[in-house]
Amino acid sequence: MKFGRVIGTVVATRKYEDLDGIKFLVVQPLDDDLTPKGGAEIAADATAQAGPGELIFMVASREGAQALADWFVPVDLAITGIVDEVDIETGSRREQPTAVWYRPQSSVDP
Amino acid sequence: MYIGKVTGTVVATIKIDHLQDRKLLLVHELNLDGEETGYYDIAVDVVQAGPGDTVMVIDEGNGARQILGIDPGAVRAVIVGVVDEIALSE
Repeated sequence: MKFGRVIGTVVATRKYEDLDGIKFLVVQPLDDDLTPKGGAEIAADATAQAGPGELIFMVASREGAQALADWFVPVDLAITGIVDEVDIETGSRREQPTAVWYRPQSSVDP
Repeated sequence: MYIGKVTGTVVATIKIDHLQDRKLLLVHELNLDGEETGYYDIAVDVVQAGPGDTVMVIDEGNGARQILGIDPGAVRAVIVGVVDEIALSE
């Protein structure tokens, strides 16, 4: 799953029948530091509670369709949760190896 | 699968049923020198991993569904092991 920011809504009256009742939103995919990465995409909202401005996470490809109640649908990106909090590790356990790492020439202990 | 490092935790109250009661962690992929490649993912943890741990991540839907025992299941990335040691040969 990747982070995204909801930046708009999509309304389509005439659509493939199995997509009835699904809410579609415009999302901007984000990088790990929550800065925009790549172009905006359209996602189905599997939480049914996301709205513009919210930080969400989403799942792509086949798993996107499986997030929905009726999962045999033509969807390839779905919002699966609304983020409350992200806590990023910045200490020594991030900087240093936490597994013994044997390379051909040398090894680094944790 | 790839080797990654747990770099953070993600908290979400509102989420789909498949993720209910699951711990979500932020993981960064590591290259063979143990450095972060820049690729990240939000993964479900089933091995009690924590921030800083070097872990093994599967990023494939069928394996994830099998591990979590749900079908259909909207999960791709799952942390399936905490790595103790990596040994590379020539």
